[in-house]
Amino acid sequence: MNPIYSRRRRKDIVIRGLCIAAAAFGVTWLALILITLLYNGLTGLNLQVFTENTPPPGSTEGGLLNAIVGSLIMTVLGVGIGAPLGLFAGTYLAEYGRNDKLTSVIRFINDILLSAPSIIIGLFIYGAVVVPMRGFSAIAGSLALAVIVIPVVVRTTEDMLLLVPNPLREAASALGLPRSLVIKRIAYRAARSGLITGVLLATARVAGETAPLLFTALSNQFFSLSLNKTMANLPVTINNFVQSPYAYWKQLAWSGALLITLTVLALNIGARILGAERTAK
Amino acid sequence: MAVESNVIDAAGPYDRAKALSAFKLGDVTFYWITRLSAISVLLILGGIIISLVVGAFPAIKEYGLSFLWTQRWAPSADPPVLGALGPMYGTLVTSFIAMLIAIPVGLGIAIFLTELCPQWLRRPIGMAVELLAGIPSIIYGMWGFFVLGPFLANTFQPFMIRVFDGVPVLGAIFAGPPSYLSLFNAALILAIMVLPFITSISVDVFKTVPPVLKEAAYGVGCTTWEVVRSVVIPYTRVGIIGGIMLALGRALGETMAVTFIIGNSFRISSSIFAPGTTISAAIASEFAESDGLHQSGLILLGLLLFVLTFFVLAAARLMLLRLEQKAGR
Repeated sequence: MNPIYSRRRRKDIVIRGLCIAAAAFGVTWLALILITLLYNGLTGLNLQVFTENTPPPGSTEGGLLNAIVGSLIMTVLGVGIGAPLGLFAGTYLAEYGRNDKLTSVIRFINDILLSAPSIIIGLFIYGAVVVPMRGFSAIAGSLALAVIVIPVVVRTTEDMLLLVPNPLREAASALGLPRSLVIKRIAYRAARSGLITGVLLATARVAGETAPLLFTALSNQFFSLSLNKTMANLPVTINNFVQSPYAYWKQLAWSGALLITLTVLALNIGARILGAERTAK
Repeated sequence: MAVESNVIDAAGPYDRAKALSAFKLGDVTFYWITRLSAISVLLILGGIIISLVVGAFPAIKEYGLSFLWTQRWAPSADPPVLGALGPMYGTLVTSFIAMLIAIPVGLGIAIFLTELCPQWLRRPIGMAVELLAGIPSIIYGMWGFFVLGPFLANTFQPFMIRVFDGVPVLGAIFAGPPSYLSLFNAALILAIMVLPFITSISVDVFKTVPPVLKEAAYGVGCTTWEVVRSVVIPYTRVGIIGGIMLALGRALGETMAVTFIIGNSFRISSSIFAPGTTISAAIASEFAESDGLHQSGLILLGLLLFVLTFFVLAAARLMLLRLEQKAGR
């Protein structure tokens, strides 16, 4: 064969090999992380983890009950505050302000907030809520999570509403439906699974967020349902336990990490299945 | 008119004007609810900037610009001496090393997924990469602390230290002793974290290349690599750079993946196997127990980080926007 050809072929094969190696590399990390997580998490996972509160230092009795409940409360509150706001904001961008100058500014800022470091959000809520309220509190933690939820929901809501075909809206308007009802009855309904996907993705995003909770909700060794006090939560508990000298705490940290990861993966996969149904239809 | 009002009357007790005004009220309310929600996005950004500047003000007044080039970080000294050089150096170095690893690997996976991979493997691998992006960062940090750190300190680091011992420059970069907590370990975890971002954005922009262009290149006898290098990459260059900048924004601000394994040392060392710190790691590990000037200094660090990531992310978005417009045309 012509030497130029064989050189080109060889180069192509080498690069193909490198690309395959890169893909193997990426998948290997995922597998490694999941395997160690499953292995270490499952060994310590028993009923005690779900029924008892976090143990005091040195103790080998106890679970993660208060942290699990705290995480659930703050995640639900955060999504409960952030998702409606994000939904409405996304509605404005897609429905009312489609050709507005304001819209492109908001969209740009929203995209930046979407990837802003979450620790900065923590600092913001610390200055805006914790300092005026004179103390760390679960409500501050929930607000920090809400600030992270908003941009995610705004983005997906806008994208999903823009996919709704315009003739649907025009037909509804032609029947005399006012604008707000066109949006609520027609556009929302047509985009429903997409909107739910967005909220699920946002929930997955905040379920494991640690940095914004470190100095807003802090953590609590005891079971507490009060929103004005510090509240235990899984990520910060893991953070504290990982760096502790106690083997039992580390064990609990692995179990907590497994719980969070499974939750997040389930939410992500659920969102993806919903999204896939949509495109298949 | 008479006929019409009869119809409305027959339909119910409401008259037409009343019904219309109820609709109108609902319409106006809904419009303003959505508009105010949209504006709240701007208010959040404003709030972030104001609260950071207010919180950082005492430190700005105390240290001024010298904050940027002071290496010493002694919050318990009297008066406290605070300088951002250590954390800034750590942030930039870890992000740089992370991107050095993640860019080629991420692009490689993207090329594999779009050009080489058999159809049936595409979805599972694509899905795996996306799931990797969804894992919370504290899990990466924990895994780095318990698994990757010890592994690197026992195998990779001694190897590199031995190989480059005595070589100028490189010898200083890869200097011992091996450590569980180091800039390099943090950078590697960061690389694994941002890999999925680079891959999924690259896959998205690779898909915008018109098939005709690629087919034409294959048609004149190009190999896969030549098609990628001379057609796909030039066509999507802006988008790839945008994706990389987005990933860089993530890497610069990432907190939990880094905090456990970087060692929280404010001293700058020439070796990447030495402990260091990043802005976000410093805030995460010291903020809850800080007060006064120390706390203000940490907020000032946060402000620096925010400004840095804001520009990186803004540049990334502008580039991706330009690509979208090009694709739309």
